[in-house]
Amino acid sequence: MDTVLFVNQLLNGIQLGLILFLLAAGLSLVFGIMDFINLAHGVFYMLGAYICATVAIASGSFILGFVVALPAVLVLGLATEWLIVRHFYKRDHLDQVLVTFGLVLCADTAVKYLWGPQGLSVPLPAWLGGQVALGGITLPAYRLFIVAVAAVVALALWQVIARTRVGMMVRASASNEEMARALGIETRMIFALVFAIGAVLAGIGGIMVAPITGASIGMGNQIVILALVVIIIGGIGSIFGAFVAAIGVGLIDTLGRAYLPSILGAVFSPSVASSAGPALASILIYLTMTLVLVFRPSGLFPPANR
Amino acid sequence: MTRSIPAEDGAKLTSAPARPRPATDCDLVAAFVILAALAVAPFALAAIGHDFWTDVILRAMILGIAAVSLNFIIGLGGLVSLGHAVFLGIGGYSVGILADLGIDNGPAQLGAALLFSAAFAWLTGMIALRTRGVHFIMITLAFAQMVYFTMMGLRQFGGDDGLTINYSTTFGPLDLGDKDVLYYVVLAVLGAAMLGFARVRRSDFGLLLKAAKGNERRVSAVGFNAYRYRLAAYVAAGTLCGLAGFLDANFTGFVTPSAMSWISSGELIFIVIVGGIASVSGPIAGALVFLLIEEWMGGLTVYWHFWFGLFLIAIILFARNGLVGLLNQRRPR
Repeated sequence: MDTVLFVNQLLNGIQLGLILFLLAAGLSLVFGIMDFINLAHGVFYMLGAYICATVAIASGSFILGFVVALPAVLVLGLATEWLIVRHFYKRDHLDQVLVTFGLVLCADTAVKYLWGPQGLSVPLPAWLGGQVALGGITLPAYRLFIVAVAAVVALALWQVIARTRVGMMVRASASNEEMARALGIETRMIFALVFAIGAVLAGIGGIMVAPITGASIGMGNQIVILALVVIIIGGIGSIFGAFVAAIGVGLIDTLGRAYLPSILGAVFSPSVASSAGPALASILIYLTMTLVLVFRPSGLFPPANR
Repeated sequence: MTRSIPAEDGAKLTSAPARPRPATDCDLVAAFVILAALAVAPFALAAIGHDFWTDVILRAMILGIAAVSLNFIIGLGGLVSLGHAVFLGIGGYSVGILADLGIDNGPAQLGAALLFSAAFAWLTGMIALRTRGVHFIMITLAFAQMVYFTMMGLRQFGGDDGLTINYSTTFGPLDLGDKDVLYYVVLAVLGAAMLGFARVRRSDFGLLLKAAKGNERRVSAVGFNAYRYRLAAYVAAGTLCGLAGFLDANFTGFVTPSAMSWISSGELIFIVIVGGIASVSGPIAGALVFLLIEEWMGGLTVYWHFWFGLFLIAIILFARNGLVGLLNQRRPR
């Protein structure tokens, strides 16, 4: 009985970790390569969820929503990069924080105007809505679907960066932009591409999470901070570090929320424990980051070339 | 910041004006004009029957104090903190929790607010100031989030609903629950904070902070330990912001964890930048602009945040020295 609950919580933690990874990967690339802090990264997460929800509700097909939302987020990402973000690569972090803060305000309000203040809920197709029995333990099919999709995306991203010509250009631009440009790499195009791919990854995260939590205004604002924490823990610019840290943070958060209230309940009254438990889980995440920053300032897995 | 601060400081130290600095003059004049206008504002607004705006201005002044304190870190020190609003919460909860326990004694509440803010700034500053750049941004955010979630989790002090303060702070006959009294107390604190900022900016301490922001290595090469000066500035800024939180709790009669969220800290940074970084009059100018936009646009459209965001982006793109910078835009960039 308890193992069933535990395996389910473990799956939830891994699923949250993978969603975090989808956000953190783009954030880490943009940060590592362009030295750009993007507080507006969560906007693409939100837009992915909203566009997918709209199409899914109109057509009745979640998969169609998924397929339509990806290029839409890609275009929005390219437009944002071209209109605003590219002017800030050489500015200091303060200006970047503020301009992306402004973008968050604009985007949240635009979504409120277009879709109304209430969120949207996304219908799941029947084949994803059920339960799957694995070795005597029943697990929700959709959570497994998220894990599968995110794992495929993570593998694909890793392969593209490590094995392809474009990936090599990206790595070259990251380690020494001037030298890469001198060797004939259009770093501007690479930057735009990296930003847009990051937006799409965040969009996939938002799409995947939409059937569980629905699409709501500001849904990206809390998770983008968690994703920033993830890339600091993992090491800025490291995809592998982001992956490990994302899974770790996902597990701390989910397992902490699930089990800390009962652990605290042994000492405190139930009402205190039930509200202090989730808070303590969140504190643990930030505490982890602080300890990492104190003892390993460049993160757990800093990229070798920096 | 691309300004060549070491050269500027060198010029000042030898007291040979290498180039005219109209910035300071316009800035100080603006500071006096704003403070004088704030002093007469309640009478003027009462005379024309717009008392509501007095409350808006009072809130702006409290935010202005918080922004002046942040300006010590960002403006002089060049350290971007995305967790500064935590001190508003620490100051506020010092009032709220003591009032909740039945202690409405002014010196006790004020003492607690200042002491806890200073202690928190000192403890977290010792760790945070060992990091630079984006790591500093993230670690200050982390400390603020820890307090934020602690208060969210403490149900006996309201949790995420916040804590209502039924008793205002009293100092003998002086009752901060009286809006008129509070207004002039806040104005006095703001004036003192701005004066203090102007003096510190010109002092050796301020010069050292600015020099360390420009080039930390050179500062240590001449034999100064930048870390200690930064820690002192960080503790001073945190304490002053805790005082703003103390005043804010008395003004609103309410404290919530959301006052410490990273959005609030982002707003404080916005206020400092819009007003003009490292200027004396910038923080209060930025706070007034921030609240007037909020009230005015909020009355026009529920979608005012959109225009607010655009305004912010435009300021960063086109007016990099803020409103005060626009006052003396003589030098070509």
